[in-house]
Amino acid sequence: MSSGRCAACRYLRRRCTEDCILSPYFPSNNPQRFVSVHRIYGASNVTKLLLQLPTHLRAEAADSLYFEAQCRLEDPVYGCVGLIFMLQQQIHAAESQLVKTQAEIAVMKSQGQNPEAQQAEQDFNNLLLQQSDNDAALSFPNQVSSGFI
Amino acid sequence: MRGQEPRSTSSCAACRLLKRRCIPNCIFAPYFRPDEPKKFAKVHKVFGASNVSKILIEVPKEQREETVNSLAYEAEARLRDPVYGCIGAIALLQRKMIQLQHDLALARACLARYVTTPSSIGGTDDWVIAEALGDFPAGCGRSIDSFCQNISYELNEEAHMYDFSQIPYV
Repeated sequence: MSSGRCAACRYLRRRCTEDCILSPYFPSNNPQRFVSVHRIYGASNVTKLLLQLPTHLRAEAADSLYFEAQCRLEDPVYGCVGLIFMLQQQIHAAESQLVKTQAEIAVMKSQGQNPEAQQAEQDFNNLLLQQSDNDAALSFPNQVSSGFI
Repeated sequence: MRGQEPRSTSSCAACRLLKRRCIPNCIFAPYFRPDEPKKFAKVHKVFGASNVSKILIEVPKEQREETVNSLAYEAEARLRDPVYGCIGAIALLQRKMIQLQHDLALARACLARYVTTPSSIGGTDDWVIAEALGDFPAGCGRSIDSFCQNISYELNEEAHMYDFSQIPYV
């Protein structure tokens, strides 16, 4: 009667009962999932942990256990704590960069530079250039027409 | 009394909890001192002594202390949060990082309005967290992002649950 056993019971070579607590989270089509979790935590610890949780949270718990087990198998020294370390480093670098950028903005402001005023000045200069171009364009046709008549 | 082997008065925390004789080359003894009984108790509760022993045997001796520290941290996280364990901590940090990236982008945009040459802003060092964490660990079938959607921690609300200063790696 081997058909219908969950991956856990198949691995542990025991009968898979109808109320098997592990079967919803360790289906038979993914044997590696249970193997990973069992190697790190052990079936007994996983069962105890899931039993203490309400049913609607057990799937998330099983997934997170599998994730952490995989992390530990890939990195036996640090496991998923290596990810925490990496994120802490990145956050530290980002915070330093943010402080640096904010300091640069503060310097700009303290030097009396106003981005809106600069933009307004640039728009005004562009307008002046445009007007002088228009004036030049208006005077040229009169000279041409008077030359050929 | 004839030839009785003296009882060890310095059993490590592991052997005390397991109620066994602490042999001279006990694999746990260097890392689970008798004055830190809770450390082994937590690790044993989550992983089991046998599994911890197997993990320690696999790693080089000089890395065993780091391994024990990370196992202790994971165990602590799992006991505090039986559903998500360390994943909760990772989700918190990831959210913080995303917030920081957002703030940094805003600050750079603000600075750009003062600076005329875009090259002086230096916005090429974006941290691609999604790529860094999305494929790790390999074959897990689920990314950190998918956990984040279910974890409803507020950034500051649950941050006290995780004492990141405990990790000696910082």
